[in-house]
Amino acid sequence: MRPPLSLLLALTGACASAGKGTSAAQAPAPAAPTAPATAPSAAKSESTSVERLQYPSTYARHPNPPVLIRNATIMTATGQEIPNGSIVLKDGRIVAVGAKVDAPAGAVVVDGTGKYVTPGLIDDHSHLGVYAAPGTDAESDGNEATNPVTAEVWAEHSFWPQDPQIPLAMAGGITTIQALPGSANLIGGRSAILKLIPARTVQEMKFPGAHYGLKMACGENPKRVYGRKGGPSTRMGNMAGYRAAFVQAESYRRRWDAWNKDHKGDPPERNLRSESLAEVLRGNMYVQNHCYRADEMAQMIDLAHEFGFKIRSFHHAVESYKIADLLAKEETSVSVWADWWGFKEEAMDGIQQNAALNQQAGGRPIIHSDDPGGIQRLNQEAAKAMYAGQRSGIPITRDQALRWITVNPAWAIGLDSIVGTLEPGKMADVVVWSGDPFSVYSKAVQVYNDGWLVYDRADPAHQPRTDFELGEVPAPGSDR
Amino acid sequence: MIALLLAQTIAITGGTVHPVSGPRLANATVLIRDGRIVAVGTNVSIPSGATRIDAAGKWITPGLIDGTGQLGLVEISAVPGTREASVQGDTIAAAFNVAEGINPASTLIPVTRIEGITTALAVPTGNLVSGQAALIDLDGATIEQMLVKSPAGIVADLSERAKDNAGGSRAAVADRLRGVFRDALEYERRKVDFGRAQMRPLSASAADLEALLPVLHARVSLIAYANRRSDIETALRLAKEFKLKLILTGAAEGWEIAPAIAAAGVPVLVEPLSNIPSYDALGIRYDNAAVLAKAGVKVALLEPDTHKSRNLRQQAGNAVSYGMTWDQALRAVTLAPAEIFGVADRYGSLEPGKVANVVVWSGDPFEFTTGVEHVFIRGKEVPLTSRQTELFERYKKLPPTY
Repeated sequence: MRPPLSLLLALTGACASAGKGTSAAQAPAPAAPTAPATAPSAAKSESTSVERLQYPSTYARHPNPPVLIRNATIMTATGQEIPNGSIVLKDGRIVAVGAKVDAPAGAVVVDGTGKYVTPGLIDDHSHLGVYAAPGTDAESDGNEATNPVTAEVWAEHSFWPQDPQIPLAMAGGITTIQALPGSANLIGGRSAILKLIPARTVQEMKFPGAHYGLKMACGENPKRVYGRKGGPSTRMGNMAGYRAAFVQAESYRRRWDAWNKDHKGDPPERNLRSESLAEVLRGNMYVQNHCYRADEMAQMIDLAHEFGFKIRSFHHAVESYKIADLLAKEETSVSVWADWWGFKEEAMDGIQQNAALNQQAGGRPIIHSDDPGGIQRLNQEAAKAMYAGQRSGIPITRDQALRWITVNPAWAIGLDSIVGTLEPGKMADVVVWSGDPFSVYSKAVQVYNDGWLVYDRADPAHQPRTDFELGEVPAPGSDR
Repeated sequence: MIALLLAQTIAITGGTVHPVSGPRLANATVLIRDGRIVAVGTNVSIPSGATRIDAAGKWITPGLIDGTGQLGLVEISAVPGTREASVQGDTIAAAFNVAEGINPASTLIPVTRIEGITTALAVPTGNLVSGQAALIDLDGATIEQMLVKSPAGIVADLSERAKDNAGGSRAAVADRLRGVFRDALEYERRKVDFGRAQMRPLSASAADLEALLPVLHARVSLIAYANRRSDIETALRLAKEFKLKLILTGAAEGWEIAPAIAAAGVPVLVEPLSNIPSYDALGIRYDNAAVLAKAGVKVALLEPDTHKSRNLRQQAGNAVSYGMTWDQALRAVTLAPAEIFGVADRYGSLEPGKVANVVVWSGDPFEFTTGVEHVFIRGKEVPLTSRQTELFERYKKLPPTY
C-alpha cells in the first residue's frame, strides 16, 4: 500500500514527473497549490519519515482581476515580437497574446503605448535569501563549509524571505529564482526554486513542481576552502571527492529501489546526503555545476557519464566558449555573466562573446547574476552580451537574447513548459517595461507574478517592503 | 615609445561632437596634432597631410575618466602577488604612493581602454589613511608615460570598514585622524625638535606626517570614503576644522544631505548602480547621483570594479535612467572628474590645447548598442585589441588553431 520512495520524494516538490531529463511538463498545474493529493494518512502511526511530505510548497496563487495590456510591443520569447500587441492575463494564466485579443469582462486595462512586454525574468543563479542583506555574518547562510560534500543541506532551510534584496530584484522584473548554496563545497546542497513574491515563509514561495537543483562546484573554491582542512587540496582531489560521494549514492539508490519494489523487511536507514545524490542518479534532481574552466567542464562531463546523470547547466562557465561544440552536443546549458572576468585565475579568460558563441554553436546560453546588483538588471546584462556578439559578427537575435533570461533558465530548472515565454496557457509571469528592455534607459514598470501585480513603479501600494526595511531603510522617494 | 616620436596630425571629421565644455556640434571636426587637440568646430580647416578619420554618423566625446579602481595595481584579484594597492603594517599610510606599483603591461589596460575609458584614478586601499592615488592615462610603456597627476589626492577611509584601524569605533576614527592632522602640523612647526628627538612621540611616522602637509595646506585633496550620513558629516566637519580640500567618495547616503554637501562646495564621486543596504549605508539608493547633482553638487560617476571599469558607461546610462540629465552624466564621466582631480586644464573636454584623449562611438556612448570605433590617447590611436579580443579570435571557430 505504501507508495514508493521515489514518488514520496517527488511530493516534496522536487519533481512531480519522475521522467528522466524531461522538463516539468507533468508538474502540477501552477495555479494550484501543491496540497498533497495523496497525503499519507495521519492515522498511520507506524509510518516513517520517508512516507511523509517533506517540506512541501504551500504556494497559493494570489487572487486577481483579469488584466489586459494593450498597444505594447510584445516580446514573446518564442520568436515573435508583436508591435502594437496585446496580452490578457486571467486566473494566473496567459490566455491570449496577439495583435487582436478579446478582453474578458472586468479586466483591468493597462495602456502599453510605447512600452514593451516580456516574460518574467528568471535568474537560475541567485543567492538572495541565503546571503541576505545587510550582509553580516549572522545573515551568511549560503555555504555549509564544514565538509566538502554536503548534499544533505537545502538552500530553502537558510532562505530568509525578509531579505531586503528581494523587492529590489522584483523591481528588476525577476519573477523566479533558483536560490543556490555557495560554492565552497564540492557538493554544496539542494537549491530552492522560488517565486519571487512577498511572503512570510519560504514554503509560500516554493515553485510547485520544480526540480530541485544540486549545487556542485569545480576548481579553486573547494581547493581553497579545504586545502588546509583535510582536503581536497587539488583538482584531482576534487574529482575523487565527487566520485566517492556518487559511489556511495549508487549503492544507496540500489538498496532503496529494491526495498521500494516490495517493501519487504525494514527499510534501509535514511542518509540525507546520499538521498539527494540518489535523486540526481534517478534524474529527478538537476545538477547545477559551478565550473569556470573548459578543461574542468570536460572532466565533469566524464564524471556525469561515469555515474549516468546529466549536468543541467554549467554555472559561471567563463571558458564555455572554448568547448561550446562539446556542450551543445551534451545538451548542457551554460549560465554565464555578460562580462565578468579576472577576479581569480580560473576567471581570467572571460570574454564578452561567451553567450553569443554558445548560441552560435547550438547551445543553450543563460545569463545569470550570482549577484544582488546584477539580478536587478538581468535585461541589461543580456543586452551587453547580445550586442557584444553582434558587433563581433555573430547574428544573435533579440528573441534569442530574451531567451537567455527567460525560457532558457526556465529549462535549466525544469520549468520551461510552465514559464519563460508569453504563450496562452503559460503562467502569467509578465513584465511591462518603460521601453525596449535592451536599452540602458528602460526600467520595469509593472511586474506580474502568476497574475499578481507584485510591483508597480508608479504605485507605492505595489512596492512591497520587507520587515527589515521598516524604520531602517527610507522608502523610495522619501526622506528619513 | 612610438608615440613620442610621431608628430602626427589627425582630423576626425563629420561626426557629432560632444565637447562637454560647450554645446553639441553636428557635422564637426576635431583636429589633433602632436598629442593635443588644436581645433574643434564646424569650420575647421584641415591641413594637407592630416590623417582623416571619417566619423559621419558617429558621436565623439572626450575619453571617459573613471575616478576609482585599481587599474595597473591589480591583475587577478584573488592572487596577492598581483595586487599592489594596499600596504600592511601602517594604518596611516599617507606616504604610500601607488605609482611605482603600476604595471603598464597589465592586461586590464587594453581591455578597458578599447571601450572608451582613457584615464583612471589608481587608488590605494585599506588602512585609515590608505595612501596617495595617481591619475593615469591608459597607454604608455612606462609608469612615467602613463602618469597624469600624482598624487591626485590622499585617500582616507571613514566608513565602517576602517573602524578596526582605530580601535573599533567611528568616534575613534575621527579622533585618530584629528590627532594625526594636528601632529602633522606640529611636526611641520618643530622639524628641528623632531630631528633632535626633543618632542613627544607623534602619532604617525615622519614620512606620513610630511606627506599629509600638502593636504593640510589644501594643495592636495583628501579623498574621503564615507557612506553613512553621519560619516559624511564627520568628513565635512574635519574638512572645515582643518580647511581641507575634500572630495567625498562613495557617499551612499549623500542624497540625504545634498544641500549641505553643495553648500560646503565638496565634490562627490558616486557609484550609481549601488543600492544594496548594509549597516554602513542603509539609505543607499539609485537616485543618489541625480539628487546630488540637482542640489548643485559636482558629481563624478564611478565604476569601482577594476576589471569592469569598462562598465562606466553603463553606470552613466543608469544614472540618467534614475534622474540625471544626459548632459550631466556625460560631464560626470569626463570634465567633472578632471575638475575634481585638478587636471581640467588638460583633460575632460574637447577644447584646443587639451590632451587628445578622444573616443569615436557608433552612437550614444551610454547605450548597449553602441560600440567604440576609435580611441585616441594623447593623440595616438590605440589598436582595438586586447587579450580578450585575441581569445575571441582564437575560439570563434572550433576547434581552435593553437
